[in-house]
Amino acid sequence: MAEFTLPKNSKVQEGKRFPAKAGARNVRTFRVYRWSPDEGANPRIDEYEVDLAACGPMVLDALIKIKNEIDPTLTFRRSCREGICGSCAMNIDGTNTLACTKAIEDCRGDLRIYPLPHLPVVKDLVPDLTHFYAQYASIRPWLRTQSAPPPDAERLQSKEDRAKLDGLYECILCACCSTSCPSYWWNGDRYLGPAILLQAYRWIADSRDEDTGTRLDELEDPFKLYRCHTIMNCAQTCPKGLNPAKAIAEIKKLMVERQGV
Amino acid sequence: MSALELKTPLKRARGWGSARSGTRHFILQRVTAVALVPLALWLLWIALRLARADYVQARALVHDPLHALLLTAFVLAAFWHAQLGVQVVIEDYVHTRWLEITLQLAVKFLCALGALASVLAIVRIALG
Repeated sequence: MAEFTLPKNSKVQEGKRFPAKAGARNVRTFRVYRWSPDEGANPRIDEYEVDLAACGPMVLDALIKIKNEIDPTLTFRRSCREGICGSCAMNIDGTNTLACTKAIEDCRGDLRIYPLPHLPVVKDLVPDLTHFYAQYASIRPWLRTQSAPPPDAERLQSKEDRAKLDGLYECILCACCSTSCPSYWWNGDRYLGPAILLQAYRWIADSRDEDTGTRLDELEDPFKLYRCHTIMNCAQTCPKGLNPAKAIAEIKKLMVERQGV
Repeated sequence: MSALELKTPLKRARGWGSARSGTRHFILQRVTAVALVPLALWLLWIALRLARADYVQARALVHDPLHALLLTAFVLAAFWHAQLGVQVVIEDYVHTRWLEITLQLAVKFLCALGALASVLAIVRIALG
C-alpha cells in the first residue's frame, strides 16, 4: 500500500531552541526541519529567533543569516538568489516554493521550513533529486531532428510557433510542482510528474523538433503520463507561475487526437 | 552495496519503457462520464416518479420500452465507469502485487456481475 504515515525513524521531534540576542527589535521564529545522516537520530524541528531588523526580506536571507550568525550546521542549497536556478526549492509554510523569492512578510506566524516533500533527505533541507533528474534525462530533452540544418543558418521558427513555447521554456526544474503532486508521491518511481511532463511537452510543442510521434509514443503509458489526475497542486505551487497541468492536458489531447477521435 | 544501488538512475527512471496504452482507458472513462450526465438526470426524474408509485405503476413504468432502454444504458455506463475509476484508484494506492491483482480481478468481476444482474432484472420486467 501507499504509505500515509511516516516510518518510526522519520517521526519529527522537537529540537533545539536558539533565542534572539538581547536588543533584537523585530523577532520572527523560524521552525526548521533538521536531520543529519551522521547522527543516527530522528529528524527534529529547531527553532531560530531571527531579528528581521537586521535581515534581508526573503526567507533565503533569513536562512543565510541563521547559517552565518546562529548555527553553521544548518544545510540547504542556494545559488542565484533570484529565482532562476531553482536550488533553494523547499516547503515553506506548507507550500513548495523558492526561498529566495518568498518574502518573510508574506508568511503568517512562525515560519515552518521543511525540505521538498516525499523525497529522500540528504541532510536538513537538501533532498535527493537523483531520480527526478534521471526522469528528465529519460525524455531526452533536446531538439531531435532527422533533416540536416539549413546551410549557414539556424533552424528557423515563426513568431507564432515560438509563442507556443511561452509558459514552458521558463521552467527551471526546481521540482516544486512534482513534489507537491500526490500522484508523484505515491507513484513517483514510474509517474514522470508535472515538471518532466511539462518539459516533455516543451519539445512536443516545438515546431523545429521532428520526433513528436516518438515522444508521444514514449509517454503513452498508464503510469508515465496517465497518473496525472488533474489535482492541480502543480499549477498552484509553481514559483514561476507556470501551469504544468495544462501542458499535461495538451499531451493528453494529442494522444486522443492521433487516435482519430 | 545492494542490487538497487548498482542500477544507474537512468535505468530506474526508464523502467519498462512505455506500455503504449492508457489512451483508450482515458477516452472510455470520459465517454462513460459524458453519457452519465444526461442519464443520471433522467434517472433522478424516474426515481422520483418511482418513489411515489405503487408496485403496479412502478412495474409499468420500467416496462415502457424507452425507460427500459435508458435504464439499461444507465446501468451499463455506471458499472463501466465505476470499474474504470476504481481500477485507477487501486493502481494509485495498492502496491502489494498479490493484493493489487486480487482487487483488480474482484472489481472487474463484481462490476460485470452487477451490470449483468441489473440488465437481467430490467429485461425480466420489460419483457415480462
